[in-house]
Amino acid sequence: MTSLAHHLPALQVIVPMLSAPLVMLLQPRGLARAAATAASLLAFAIAIAMTIGVLDGNTYTYRMGSWPAPYGIELGVDRFSALLLLIVTGASSFALLAGHRSVDADIDESRQPLFYAAWLLALAGLSGIPVAADAFNIFVFMEISSLASYVIIAGGSDRRALPAVFKYLIMGTIGATFYLIGIGLIYLMTGTLNLADMELRIHEVADQAPILVAAGFITVGLALKAALFPLHVWLPNSYTYAPNTVTVFLAACSTKVSLYLLLRFDFFVFQGNLVGHDIQFAYFLMPLAVLAILIASGVALFEQNVKRLLAYSSIAQVGYILLGASFVTVAGLTASTVHLFNHALAKGALFLAVSCLATQCVGLRLPGLRGLAKQMPWTSAALVVAGFSLIGIPGTAGFISKWYLITAALEHGPLGIALVVVLVASSLMAVAYIWRIVESLYFGEPGGDVSAVREAPLLMLVVTWVAVLANLYFGLAPELPVTLASSAAETLLEHLP
Amino acid sequence: MNGAELIAIALLLPLVGAVGIAVASRIGDNTREATTLLTAGALAVTVWSLLPELMQGGRPSLLVAEVVPGIDLAFRVEPLGMLFAALASSLWIVNSIYSIGYMRGNKESHQTRFYIFFAIALAAAIGVAFADNLFTLFLFYEVLTLSTYPLVAHKGDAKTVRSARVYLGVLLTTSIGLFLPAIIWTYVAAGTGTFTPGGVLEGKIAGPAIGLLLGLFVFGVGKAAVMPVHRWLPAAMVAPTPVSALLHAVAVVKAGVFTITKIIVYIFGIDFLFAEPSSGWLIYAAAFTIIVASIVALQQQNLKRLLAYSTVAQLSYVVMAAAILKPLAEVGAAVHMVAHAFGKITLFFAAGAIYTAAKKTELHQLRGIARRMPWTMAAFTIGALSMIGVPPTGGFVSKWYILAGAFQADNYVAIAAIIVSTALNAAYFLPIIYMAWFLEEDVPPAKEHGEAPFAAVLALMITAALTLLFFFFNGPVLELEAQLVQAR
Repeated sequence: MTSLAHHLPALQVIVPMLSAPLVMLLQPRGLARAAATAASLLAFAIAIAMTIGVLDGNTYTYRMGSWPAPYGIELGVDRFSALLLLIVTGASSFALLAGHRSVDADIDESRQPLFYAAWLLALAGLSGIPVAADAFNIFVFMEISSLASYVIIAGGSDRRALPAVFKYLIMGTIGATFYLIGIGLIYLMTGTLNLADMELRIHEVADQAPILVAAGFITVGLALKAALFPLHVWLPNSYTYAPNTVTVFLAACSTKVSLYLLLRFDFFVFQGNLVGHDIQFAYFLMPLAVLAILIASGVALFEQNVKRLLAYSSIAQVGYILLGASFVTVAGLTASTVHLFNHALAKGALFLAVSCLATQCVGLRLPGLRGLAKQMPWTSAALVVAGFSLIGIPGTAGFISKWYLITAALEHGPLGIALVVVLVASSLMAVAYIWRIVESLYFGEPGGDVSAVREAPLLMLVVTWVAVLANLYFGLAPELPVTLASSAAETLLEHLP
Repeated sequence: MNGAELIAIALLLPLVGAVGIAVASRIGDNTREATTLLTAGALAVTVWSLLPELMQGGRPSLLVAEVVPGIDLAFRVEPLGMLFAALASSLWIVNSIYSIGYMRGNKESHQTRFYIFFAIALAAAIGVAFADNLFTLFLFYEVLTLSTYPLVAHKGDAKTVRSARVYLGVLLTTSIGLFLPAIIWTYVAAGTGTFTPGGVLEGKIAGPAIGLLLGLFVFGVGKAAVMPVHRWLPAAMVAPTPVSALLHAVAVVKAGVFTITKIIVYIFGIDFLFAEPSSGWLIYAAAFTIIVASIVALQQQNLKRLLAYSTVAQLSYVVMAAAILKPLAEVGAAVHMVAHAFGKITLFFAAGAIYTAAKKTELHQLRGIARRMPWTMAAFTIGALSMIGVPPTGGFVSKWYILAGAFQADNYVAIAAIIVSTALNAAYFLPIIYMAWFLEEDVPPAKEHGEAPFAAVLALMITAALTLLFFFFNGPVLELEAQLVQAR
């Protein structure tokens, strides 16, 4: 490895983090945005470079200040975290590239540098979590990302975002506190914060009760941050009332990072050490995942606001991801990790298309969209194709997830067949709620005068279509996410006894 | 050019054509129609050029990509797929001629969109025909559903959109809800979904599970319209008639029965399935559909809905023939796809011509119409006779083979179903023919009219001629499809 490549894990966090104060200082028009976009693209490039590295078989470990672990701060990137970094930095870059018009509409020009600075901090925090190798730094990054997310969600002109973000703040803080309590208990019993070290030392703990309590706190805390049903109540309004660009970014990656952490923590630290924990894990998550899938899809069926409709669909998709994980098999974990990636693609593309619609349509309620397809053919078509990916029509990325998930479920006999029925039912509900949008766009009679409606700005369309085509590309050539996901699944399962 | 290149061209041509149609529409309507015809002609030539290699026992194939390990996006031409592709692509030419007359005659809106989605639907049909495994087939099957939706919803008013929703709802629900789980089950059980002569499931699953899997496939392939998943077909009749003619008498519905036949022959294997008692229900389901759909057709007052229910019944002939699980019946299934295609497209063309010239859609309005539209009604008569199975029409040939297969298997349910339904077919078609030719008009039409536009009449004469010619010149089809059951 060249010397620069060696530093990549640190740079992944440092680039956005140090750009944030710089961006804040760039007052002239457009400069802050350009700098933020450049920083985000650089972070994306770093993530791509590390993905290529891990595909070549490298593993990145980095000791801050050359202090050896477990005393110093250790950073590490393997295939699982590389996948997450791609999602996070990619989502941020796509959102920023497309977001020009949308940010101008939502945020005062004078406040934009602050907004972009907060954005970069959120990016730094979200990419820090996959990179960090010890529990406490993960907590720090979690807090950075959360606080910055609250700011950018509430940063728009829609005042309804304020109560929404307050709810998010309260629940997010409870989640983070639960996580911290868990970490505290483990630290008390083992005296270490480094995840790898923790795994080894928990063996030596005679009394398992505090560890079990810690596992409970950490799982529930992270489930809250991941919006696992019934801890999802903060999500719909935050996504709905946030500026559209922010929704693209956060919907594509923020819950994914918490899910990643939930899996990583549980498999690395607890699965190998707590007796019967795999069964506890499965029986705790599976019913909740099934409920999430069915109930959230059901709610989406009756939602009138497009953004909230898609937000409920996200809650259902969190259910898919945890359902796969709850099988505790290679197939299940592969399905769940692939879906992390594919859902980020589909939902990112959908929200990009929605932000294109938002340039021409106030309120984004279904009746307001009637007949807009004629004026906005490209936006509407993007929404349709990205919607197919969400449904899981073959040829799109979403299909690959469904295929893996159903294959994994079928390994489980009668229970598996029942779960396949659940998956199929929820896919059909997805058809129905996506089709409500499509029908309004294409076959509704416009409510008012739509002659003033124009197609969204070209740059937004181009970025949206790149995301849409990525859904098709990864639907037909899913080698990259599947390779990363299957080795992530194997890594996770290595830690089982 | 070798086989792989021809397959790639056949798949891409309609898509290139779709883009061409969009571009040409900027120049003018005639250029746009010329592009459609040119694409259709080129596609038919491409598909037919695959035939010589196939006749010599070759199986041209094309592997595009390995999507996930063990699951390929791959194509292979075999007799059944060749037949379906040749049928769809050749009739597309005739149908395009007809479309020009119909769409202009009725001054339909959104004609460019119409021709574009038609071309995409044809690409999907070719993909279904040449698919080498269940995954590839499923992919194009869904594309076919989605690309025909805008054609069904063409008119765009509330009633049409409601019907189109039934269309999409039934087809997507069955395919995602039943077909996809069946496909994944097959991949998990057999480790492959590649269409293999003799089947891939023998020894991999046993007992009642076979019957269950067959059920998932049969009802999952909603396009085959085996009751109770037939509701989408009458609903699709709100589409312009050329759509009903090519797509809902040939490409879409044949894609359904084609898929079922292909799964029975190449995934289950007919000998394996014949030995398994739990698969026996399919004959009864198909026979039930044949009889009930014919009775429903008998009660219809709207010509297109009558034809739709007649199609439901005729599709189950193919399913039943495939389910008899004897070589002669499998050939009969393939031949019936062709015979029914020629006959039913003629009937739809005639119905559309009547609508274009006289704006008539109901049966009781058809009294004496043959005086005004003799060519159209002559073609209609030939199509109807083929549906009943009267010589010298194509319908007789296929019925002969299906009956022969049924006797081979001593399957008296199938024989009885064929006899009863022949009577029913006669009961609902003969009165129309009688009314049209031998009764006087009871009220004079609001506007004097003769035949429909020339392009429409030309198209229906061609298909009527094909219906007759297929009675005499069916040798090549039989020779090709004999390979279906021999090549083991």
